[in-house]
Amino acid sequence: MPNPGSEESTQQPTGVVERLVRDDTDRKRFLKAVGVGGAASFGAFVLAACGSSSSSSSSATTAASATATAAASTATSSGSPAGDVAILNYALTLEYLETQFYNKVIAAKLFTGAAGSLVKSFGEQEQTHVEAIKAVLTQLGATPVAEPTGKFPVTTPAAVANLAYTVENLGAAAYLGQAAAIQSKSVLAAALSIHSVEARHAATFATLVSKPITPNGAFAAPADMATVLATVKPFLA
Amino acid sequence: MSNYPEAQPGLDDIEVGGITRSSFILRGALTAGAVYGSTMVAPFVSSALAQTASTDADILNFALTLEYLEAAFYTKALELGLTGTAKQYAKAFGAQEAAHVAAIQGTVKQVGGTPVAKPVFAFPIHDQKSFLALASTLENTGVGAYNGAAPMISSPAVLAAAGSIVQIEARHAAAINLLIGTSPTPNLGFDRALTKAQVLAAAGPLIKSS
Repeated sequence: MPNPGSEESTQQPTGVVERLVRDDTDRKRFLKAVGVGGAASFGAFVLAACGSSSSSSSSATTAASATATAAASTATSSGSPAGDVAILNYALTLEYLETQFYNKVIAAKLFTGAAGSLVKSFGEQEQTHVEAIKAVLTQLGATPVAEPTGKFPVTTPAAVANLAYTVENLGAAAYLGQAAAIQSKSVLAAALSIHSVEARHAATFATLVSKPITPNGAFAAPADMATVLATVKPFLA
Repeated sequence: MSNYPEAQPGLDDIEVGGITRSSFILRGALTAGAVYGSTMVAPFVSSALAQTASTDADILNFALTLEYLEAAFYTKALELGLTGTAKQYAKAFGAQEAAHVAAIQGTVKQVGGTPVAKPVFAFPIHDQKSFLALASTLENTGVGAYNGAAPMISSPAVLAAAGSIVQIEARHAAAINLLIGTSPTPNLGFDRALTKAQVLAAAGPLIKSS
């Protein structure tokens, strides 16, 4: 996720999600653009919305296998897995980056006490997402994408917590952006179970940095793949 | 669509909901263990897929009932003389649940259904503590309800709408859990999908008549 600093935003196209996270004016503009003005145009909103998310852990091999088996078992019967594979690899890429981010934060020992425990726990959960998604891909007969190398500015606790808030909001929006495109009901169920966890992470960091728990109001905004990848690009080494 | 102030201290002296280190160590152990693998992950897929077939209107009306319940719950809570963050949450979250009610009513009509009537509820809450405890239960149940029902939705548009709502329920659930000192991720890395029966077991006793 791009640094929320103004310098960043002038140097590169700022992602929709990034803007949504911090700029209410942009949020309203976006909602208007996709046809969401409120409850009355909810129908238009839902047509514009879609999403998905992901993440995983190496210690959860058993969990990942169970997930993969259950997810793959219906993938072949309930839809074309080709699109699902692309979505899963996209989610896997994001989960890899999230896991790397948490590992770097944990290694820097920036957080202690309860906050430190939360960061460690969230990092483990992202790792379990990685493992689960890799296993699902393997079960589908697909090859998981290679792990990208991320680079994250890990400076002060406040800056890192703000970045984590942005990262988790983007992750939640990314999953939401793919959900309606997933063909396999099992893959969808798995993605949904991860999606809401990313949202929980985002809300947790919101309370830590005094940012909105629900930055988009009552209806979470999705982010499409191009937007998410553009937002992530600055964090690729 | 409200953002709301967060009464939170700075990061340096943060004590996230009083969550103890030991509880997280335990959770970490569970994450790493076979118990987690067999009990926490497989169910989110299997129970989601075990749902009986329903039309989108049926699923939406089930969600509508839950949203009626949540909205009425927060309205009731605001009569209790809540203070601080709990009061802020009740106001903000309650307004969002009301927005969900209105949106789902509209969506039910759009898919050709008739929105169910709002039931009469009775909430066993009498102070801030009992409010927060039930809020945690209801919000976390809401997450599981949507995650359980969503794979059964036929319309991609309705599915996307449900996704945009469940994400909000998850955020509410995490914030309330933190406030009462429990884990914001009670299901660890994978939120569980609840069946309709499981949802009714939690919410049903609060419904006095329909």
